[in-house]
Amino acid sequence: MRFLLIEDNELLANAVTERLSLDGHIIDHANDLSTAWDYTATSSYDMILLDIMLPDGDGRKFLEQHRMGKSRTPIIVLTARSEVSDRVGILDLGADDYMIKPIDFSELEARCRAVLRRRAGAARNTMSFGDIEFDALAGTLKINDNEIKLRTKELRLLEIFVNAPQQIFAKSHLLNRLFPFDVEASENAIEVYVGRLRKHLGDSNVSITTVRGLGYKLECV
Amino acid sequence: MRAFIISTIMLIISGSAHAFDVEDRKVFKGHDGEPVLRIISTADISYFAPMINSFRATRPDVTIDYTVASSTQVMQAIYEEKQPFDLAISSAMDLQIKLANDGYARKHTSYSAQDLPNWAVWNDMVFAFTQEPAGFVISNKLFEGYAIPKNRQELINTLRQNPKKFEGRVGTYDIRKSGAGYLFATQDARASDTYWRLTEVMGTLDPRLYCCASDMIADVVDGTLAIAYNVLASYAEQSPYIDAFTIVLPSDFSTVMLRTMLIPSTSKNPELATSFLNFALSQTHPTETSTMLQTKSLRQAKQSTLTRISLGPGLLVYLDYFKKKHFMEEWENAILQE
Amino acid sequence: MRPNVKGSIRQRLLFMLLLSTAAIAILLYVVVQSVAEQITQESQDNILAASAISILDSARVIDGEISIDLPYSSLSMLDSVTDERAFYAIHLNDEFLSGYADLPRIKNLSDIPTFQSSAYLGEDIRIASTRRSYSTLEGQAFLEVSVAQTLTGLNQSISRVSRLSLAIGFGFFLVSMIVALLIAQSTIRPLHSLTEAVSRRGPSDLRPVTAPVPTEMTPLVASLNSLMIRLQNSLSRSEDFIAEAAHRVRTPMAIVRTQAEVTLRRVEKEENRQTVREMIRAIDESSRTAGQLLDYAMVSFRTDDLAKEIIQLDALLAEIVDRLAPLSELRDVTITLNTPEKLKIVGDQILVQNAIQNVLDNAIKYSDVDTEISILLICKNDKANIIVKDRGYGFDNAEMRDLLKRFKRGQNAQQVIGSGLGLTIVDDIMGAHGGAISLSNNQEGGACVHLSFPL
Repeated sequence: MRFLLIEDNELLANAVTERLSLDGHIIDHANDLSTAWDYTATSSYDMILLDIMLPDGDGRKFLEQHRMGKSRTPIIVLTARSEVSDRVGILDLGADDYMIKPIDFSELEARCRAVLRRRAGAARNTMSFGDIEFDALAGTLKINDNEIKLRTKELRLLEIFVNAPQQIFAKSHLLNRLFPFDVEASENAIEVYVGRLRKHLGDSNVSITTVRGLGYKLECV
Repeated sequence: MRAFIISTIMLIISGSAHAFDVEDRKVFKGHDGEPVLRIISTADISYFAPMINSFRATRPDVTIDYTVASSTQVMQAIYEEKQPFDLAISSAMDLQIKLANDGYARKHTSYSAQDLPNWAVWNDMVFAFTQEPAGFVISNKLFEGYAIPKNRQELINTLRQNPKKFEGRVGTYDIRKSGAGYLFATQDARASDTYWRLTEVMGTLDPRLYCCASDMIADVVDGTLAIAYNVLASYAEQSPYIDAFTIVLPSDFSTVMLRTMLIPSTSKNPELATSFLNFALSQTHPTETSTMLQTKSLRQAKQSTLTRISLGPGLLVYLDYFKKKHFMEEWENAILQE
Repeated sequence: MRPNVKGSIRQRLLFMLLLSTAAIAILLYVVVQSVAEQITQESQDNILAASAISILDSARVIDGEISIDLPYSSLSMLDSVTDERAFYAIHLNDEFLSGYADLPRIKNLSDIPTFQSSAYLGEDIRIASTRRSYSTLEGQAFLEVSVAQTLTGLNQSISRVSRLSLAIGFGFFLVSMIVALLIAQSTIRPLHSLTEAVSRRGPSDLRPVTAPVPTEMTPLVASLNSLMIRLQNSLSRSEDFIAEAAHRVRTPMAIVRTQAEVTLRRVEKEENRQTVREMIRAIDESSRTAGQLLDYAMVSFRTDDLAKEIIQLDALLAEIVDRLAPLSELRDVTITLNTPEKLKIVGDQILVQNAIQNVLDNAIKYSDVDTEISILLICKNDKANIIVKDRGYGFDNAEMRDLLKRFKRGQNAQQVIGSGLGLTIVDDIMGAHGGAISLSNNQEGGACVHLSFPL
């Protein structure tokens, strides 16, 4: 996904950028509102992450103006303010969701997906690889007109593979991406989910192959 | 008879203590010897006995010692001699007032008839229980053929027109001897100048001067006098020879004397005196129709012509040495035309 | 806190007014009394003087001898209104002529009547004396006349006047008392209305008082208003401060946390990963505690002045579940919401939302992976009941009662991030709405939280 991060704290911005790129996302970082406007004018983003307290103005002003403009890019507000009234105000001003710093990136990803799913509505947003058709938002896998409903973790795992075919993913990497940090899970859990995906993909020309000592990759046979 | 004996004995026993002259005395004996109410009065026993007897009906235990004296002697007994009388009854209003004014009377406020008319009480010390007008007593026999004078002016005219007829047949008080006479004279003089003219006219007729009303009435009855001036109508009415004379209350004005009683400060039995006083007042007030207050002539008189002598220090004026001397001189000048 | 009460303005005002009124009434009494006494005394003196002069006027020198013809009125006038004992004495130089020889004589006489109070024959009397010069045979001589009377009438008049002035004084006092009551009442009225206006306000209403007040109260109202402004400033400053502080703390925590997550990705060794995880957990814990502390303060503040909005519970539940969906999804926990009835309650929407959210947060946190949380909204016993069941560890029976207390956490929750304030907040909010929270365990395992609101 392509993110625009509007955050004045350089250290935090760098950390967030680094953290999100670990999961393969592309992040543009704007230090202030004017830079942010420049970015939104020239590029299109899947998601905007917005801080409220910015050197040249209030993030809420950006929210209002953004909503009145043409862009439909969803915005998740990252705020250091935790008061209830602030949160309510943020949603009323047109934010799609908000998170209170410090943020849990698994949750951020989950919220992003929820926002995007809400935005997409009935529209399909499918990816194809080999003879499989995959809709990450709807959570469906289509093999030869045969639609299979995937469970969350299977869906997440398949999404990772489909987004980067041929790339070898270490078990530990997959573990990090599939489970929140505070859920105790072993690499066996990855093997279980990979096993389930392989079963679903059984009839297709796509398979998850094991690269001994390195991990897994998605291949078209 | 028994009462007479007792009174005579008492008179002899207590007589030695008296310096004043006692005219008469009677003791109305009660059941017990005590208590004794001592009354000194100017009124005759016969005149006052009914009142005493009706009081005794309510208080049979009380013995009443009734002493009769002239008004000056009443004054003498209380003022000078401080005799322990419990009640002083007198027709000499001026002297009664003098007694009270000079502190010889007790104040008494508990009299039963609180609504005593104002004229009947002075300073809660002197209480009036009769109203007695003075008038002409005219011999019916000697006035035969003459119009009965209705007022002083008519009397003056009658006397002037018939000096021969009335020469020596006109009588009045000798005010030098009679306290009542002096009181009437001064009040008459105060009321109208007619008094002096009448006195002068009488003076020209060689008048007879009297100390007492009873003598005057007697002389009218026996034909010595054709007319007696300033006789108490109440006295005259009681005369057994009432047919012999006519009582006239002058229509110009009739001086009304009030008989009064007071409790001397020398009284040894003031409670008893108080109860008698209350009794007497209740007999005579509040209705002025009581026999004591209302004589026949008074009833017949025109109210507006009645001049009540008012109780008060004004009466003291005529007791003043100079005033009295002056008045006497004037009177003598008028009446004694030698 | 009970105010430190000392005295009452109304009572003090009343007291002062009555005191001054009483003083004036007494003064009035004394003045009326003394003036009236003086007038009465003067009128008596005038009569006595007239009497004495009338006697003097009646004196004639005839053939060099003094002759006095006492006018009747000279003594009768003394007795005209009330019965009075009257005395007189006439002296020519020092020779007693007539009347009462022992009547007290006034020294230093002049042609103008002189008066003196004295006692005679055991009674108080007032004497007027005057004299006039006559030429007699013996030459020039002073004729001195004294007239005296008792004081019956005077005393009667004085006691009448005394009663009258007492009545005037008392009447004045009575009228003034009523007036004083009215004055005190009307003086206090603006204070009362100010008090009412201020006490009618909610605790968060810090607007300045704008109702008109009398001049004397402007300093009070001015300082009240300035206090309000300062309070408001200080409140908003402290709100700003907390928000600012939270911001300042949360941002570095966010940096550390993010970097820790990055690190977690890079670290391979299990013991190092464990350390980083614990770091992240610690950060989350403090962040959550800070958030709940703020929430707790907010709840305390809002429950003092509870809003009365109509809350559509089913819609609210749906909204909350929707917002929590990403979290539950993350843990493979399914939330099923069952709202067969559309129920409305009256209360503070933000608080109710906070309470439900807290309960659901807990349910999600303590649920096992791939389990279900069921939420049921039903009307029962005239109450709106929200029943949240999870398949987590459940509550320890022994601790259940204590869990609603501040900073109490279950023994079996040590592995889960929490502050121990969540249920306390829920309990407070329920209490403020007249509702209740009850905790139990499901027969088939897991916790059951039951919230009931009055309809």
